[in-house]
Amino acid sequence: MLGLQKKDASLLLLVFALTMLAPFILNPFPEGSGWAQFNAGYPDLMQRFVIFGIFAIGFNILFGLTGYLSFGHAAFLGVGSYSAVWMFKLLSMNVIPAIALAVITSGLFALLIGFISLRRSGIYFSILTLAFAQMSFALAYSVLTPITGGETGLQLALDDPRILDSVSAAAGGNIPVPSLFGIEMRDSSEWSVGSWVFTFNNGYYFAAFIMLCSFYLSIRIFRSPFGLMLRAVKSNQQRLNYTGLNTRPYTLAAFVISGMYAGLAGGLMAAMDPLAGAERMFWTASGEVVLMTILGGVGTLIGPVLGAGMIKYMENILSKINSDILHTWFAFLPDGLEDFIVTIIYPFIGKGWHLTLGLLFMMVVIFLPGGLVEGGQKIAKLFKRGKKDDDGAKAADATTPAE
Amino acid sequence: MDAILLQILNGLDKGSAYALIALGLTLIFGTLGVVNFAHGALFMIGAFCAVTVSRILTVSRTIIDDTQKDFLGNPLKVEVPYVHDWFGQATGDVIIDWAVPLSIFFAIPVMICVGVIMERGLIKHFYHRPHADQILVTFGLAIVLQEIIKFYYGANPIPTPAPSAFTGSFDFGAMFGFEPNTIIYPYWRLVYFAFAAVIIGAVFAFLQFTTFGMVVRAGMADRETVGLLGINIDKRFTIMFGLAAAVAGLAGVMYTPINSPNYHMGMDFLVLSFVVVVVGGMGSLPGAVLAGFLLGILESFASMRQVIEIIPGINQVIIYLVAIIILLTRPRGLMGRKGVMEE
Repeated sequence: MLGLQKKDASLLLLVFALTMLAPFILNPFPEGSGWAQFNAGYPDLMQRFVIFGIFAIGFNILFGLTGYLSFGHAAFLGVGSYSAVWMFKLLSMNVIPAIALAVITSGLFALLIGFISLRRSGIYFSILTLAFAQMSFALAYSVLTPITGGETGLQLALDDPRILDSVSAAAGGNIPVPSLFGIEMRDSSEWSVGSWVFTFNNGYYFAAFIMLCSFYLSIRIFRSPFGLMLRAVKSNQQRLNYTGLNTRPYTLAAFVISGMYAGLAGGLMAAMDPLAGAERMFWTASGEVVLMTILGGVGTLIGPVLGAGMIKYMENILSKINSDILHTWFAFLPDGLEDFIVTIIYPFIGKGWHLTLGLLFMMVVIFLPGGLVEGGQKIAKLFKRGKKDDDGAKAADATTPAE
Repeated sequence: MDAILLQILNGLDKGSAYALIALGLTLIFGTLGVVNFAHGALFMIGAFCAVTVSRILTVSRTIIDDTQKDFLGNPLKVEVPYVHDWFGQATGDVIIDWAVPLSIFFAIPVMICVGVIMERGLIKHFYHRPHADQILVTFGLAIVLQEIIKFYYGANPIPTPAPSAFTGSFDFGAMFGFEPNTIIYPYWRLVYFAFAAVIIGAVFAFLQFTTFGMVVRAGMADRETVGLLGINIDKRFTIMFGLAAAVAGLAGVMYTPINSPNYHMGMDFLVLSFVVVVVGGMGSLPGAVLAGFLLGILESFASMRQVIEIIPGINQVIIYLVAIIILLTRPRGLMGRKGVMEE
């Protein structure tokens, strides 16, 4: 199907089903129940799942395939956001040109930075990308204020030209919202069944569609001769050089592709909420995508998406839990024990969710270099082997009496 | 002339901090070959050692002073620090005033412990993993450390003043025959620079003139051979890690009066210190120190008004720009050894 192997096709189908049914899957608990705070099926968070999924998929094409660890990927995200907002200001509120420009500018930006940074590898490459990203951040904050809006960020205004949009659209006195040929991104329809409320957001489905496309593209890249070449760069670049191959064009292509993915994510972010700020380019934002990719499983297809979903879920759900909620959970325990357990758990939730994230991340790097995906595979293997061992034991039992 | 001197002086304190952190980073990289992204967190822990000491010193009991009345006419409640009880009023006040320099004695053992635990507990298992893995795991460790600090000390910066003898500024230029009031320099920054110079000198002397330092230098050059000679080089490298942590921690302790410590100060310094290390040359101790001061002074020159008028925004990017140029033109950094991490 679509030129994919059977295994990849079923993976794509699975992701397709999961993203399309996400409003149901992420809303398993009825409104008003104590568990409703674990519902992640609201538009804002679902959009972030898919957008950061795209960002992480792109990062994985660079880091997962070539092994070049970039610590400055957020710069491309920021550039994408800025260019998308500029498109909204100047041309039209339609998201298509905005996203197209976001991808193109971030691609060009990545070409420039990649051309310079890829002259070095290893730790130097990380430092170079970090330096470039920090430079872009500092410039966006200070000198480039006319283009980037500086500290306040780039926002839409009523008197923006928007040459393609009809004048009457802006005459209402409201700042228009991003739309896809009239379908407003922020609109959602709701469907309530019993005490469940499911929200279907236009923006989410648009972003999810793009995510599926980019996921498909990344599968094709992973399985292509180009992808094999990138893997060869990761495993032994020197050997490739000895065989007379110049690896630079391949790594540069991977860098640009992954920069374009980041720009696409940035553009989508702006399409969901039309403003852009320099803090999106700060190096901690670059660190976040590294965390996502590693946590999910670097070099795997589905891993980065899982990691992105997991971190965004923790950021939005785990951080909401406070000590009162904890007390209601453990209310069934005797008072002293309840207080004790709450004191132990408290540092890891609420505002301290970063601590949980950091610990989890360290665990993954130390014990599971393949991330959650490897963890899943190991568990699956354990079950399979358990069965096999049983068979083997039976066979052994059967043979012993005969001896 | 005086303007130039002023900028050099301004660059010195930041340069000292860069140099100290970069020195520790290089010590770790040169000995263990580990790229330590948690080094900024060590700097931050050092700063919070100072906060802890000043808090411990001001632990106090409340007494009701009948001789004084508050504005409602009730007896005034007065907080009396325990140090007053132990050492008397005057000495107690001096001790509290000198909390930051005193924390040095607290910070050294704490930082060495933290460093040794870190190396034995975590870094040890990453010697044979790729550099990317080392970066990642120490990055995770940095997050964990700073979140722990945030949990106990809160997210806001905690002002920690310098001893009152060193607060304020003085007319530095007048001492050297310049016009009065042209070069005004805060006392504490000069103290910081002197302190950094002493620490750097001590580290170099330790490596150069002691047997221990000689063995460590031999281990840096060829670890395997030193091991074959029957020397337990791992143990010495662990101690060097503790020492590097102590250097970073001391840099943090003394930096608290310049910049109130908060939990992410380490990360802010870390990025710059890595740039410093790379500019100086991976694994070269003099290079790290030189590059630290050089970049600190360059940064302060770039923030001169006259320079900003010519190239706007240069003060924000000068360090990164220099790093990029150095990395592309002189891959092993200013003073890097040939062949060390030149790829």
